[in-house]
Amino acid sequence: MDVVTVEHLSKSFGDLRVLSDISFSVHEGEVLAILGPSGSGKSTILRAITHLEEASGGTIAICGTPIVTDGVYADAATLRRALLQLGLVFQDFNLFPHFSVLRNITEAQERVLGRSKAEAREVALGLLEKMGLAAKAAAYPCELSGGQKQRVSIARALALDPKVLFFDEPTSALDPELTGEILRVLRALADEKMTMVIVTHEMGFARDVADRAMLIDAGVIVEEGPAHELIDNPQNERTRAFLKRFSQT
Amino acid sequence: MMQLLKQMLEGTVVSLEIFFLTLACALPLALPVALGRMSRSRLVRAPLHAYILVMRGTPLILQIIFVYFAPYYLFDASWDRFTAVIVAFAVNYAAYFAEIYRGGIQSIPKGQYEAAKVLGFTRVDTFFRIVLPQVVKRILPASANEVITLVKDTALAQTIGVAELFRVAQNASARQFSTTPIFIAGAFYFVLNWIVSELFLRLERRLAYYH
Repeated sequence: MDVVTVEHLSKSFGDLRVLSDISFSVHEGEVLAILGPSGSGKSTILRAITHLEEASGGTIAICGTPIVTDGVYADAATLRRALLQLGLVFQDFNLFPHFSVLRNITEAQERVLGRSKAEAREVALGLLEKMGLAAKAAAYPCELSGGQKQRVSIARALALDPKVLFFDEPTSALDPELTGEILRVLRALADEKMTMVIVTHEMGFARDVADRAMLIDAGVIVEEGPAHELIDNPQNERTRAFLKRFSQT
Repeated sequence: MMQLLKQMLEGTVVSLEIFFLTLACALPLALPVALGRMSRSRLVRAPLHAYILVMRGTPLILQIIFVYFAPYYLFDASWDRFTAVIVAFAVNYAAYFAEIYRGGIQSIPKGQYEAAKVLGFTRVDTFFRIVLPQVVKRILPASANEVITLVKDTALAQTIGVAELFRVAQNASARQFSTTPIFIAGAFYFVLNWIVSELFLRLERRLAYYH
């Protein structure tokens, strides 16, 4: 089954067209890597699907429920219910600084899903354990390293049992020596068959972990295919140029 | 001397009443004003902008006189002096606090709203559980300034004849041909504001567990 279907998605900011005719789907259990130069529109794709930006045109469906059909949005209740199936991990974490690590993970479970305090706590502690952060439950985000913060934010998203988890450059705000711990977490989630869409600049990681990859440039999908093929043996001239630029830096 | 101190303590009670009643009205009132001031609708935004301009742009002493005498000219009715003082102070201070709130609310990064939205929080929950607690921490220093000014501004209530601390001191000065009561009043204000500063410092320290 397709968890997310995107058809002819377009997005403009005023006169600036950032996405044109984007169509793809995310299959259950797969890892899709979205690659491309800065400003190519790859983050905007995630932000349009998660409704942080309004699509200008096209259709987006989540688990079969259209949230926008030919540029027209569904009613608020449908939209809200559909969006609850999605999780998003931000580049700069966006943890709630006034909440402890534990409460960062329990708050939405209680307020949004209506779980009991005890249940939310149990889920949160289980996820922290899995993230190797069991000892940090009572800490505040300002006391954590970047890598730890990002692991908390992944736990926060997972706590709501999303059908698919989006990652918007999850390692780009981290010191190079900290990216490894995040990539290990993503790898573990992939092994558990968590459906994930990852916007990333980590080519090696994308090749090894992603099932499929998509190259975005200037707001269009340039090439799409199995991740290792697209990265090792690109067919499109622009993909080759991008990957070449990348290996030089 | 004992007689004088007793009178001044009574005046202090009146000043404190003005102080606390003003805060009790102005602090909550400023929130809808701040939110309306940031509204996308011009119809909401423009009148509140005008209100804040007038409140901050004219002397509080004049506003007190206006509030007290307006019913007299408009409806040929009069009202209680003390009530008029509270209304004038509350409306004036709400304008200042609203601007402090607005600055605080606008300083919260967009990412906090985005994270809350993606997690499914309602707009009300996002504001009261995620944004507002962080705003409170950020606006404490600016609010302390305003609250300290309010302690001293209560002296303006005497303009329409409310016998607060400074009025009592001035009357005593006139009776005794001495400036001493006025300086004693000064010491009273100083001690009150010392307490206010200390309370705000403690509050800041209590919220220092995160940044």
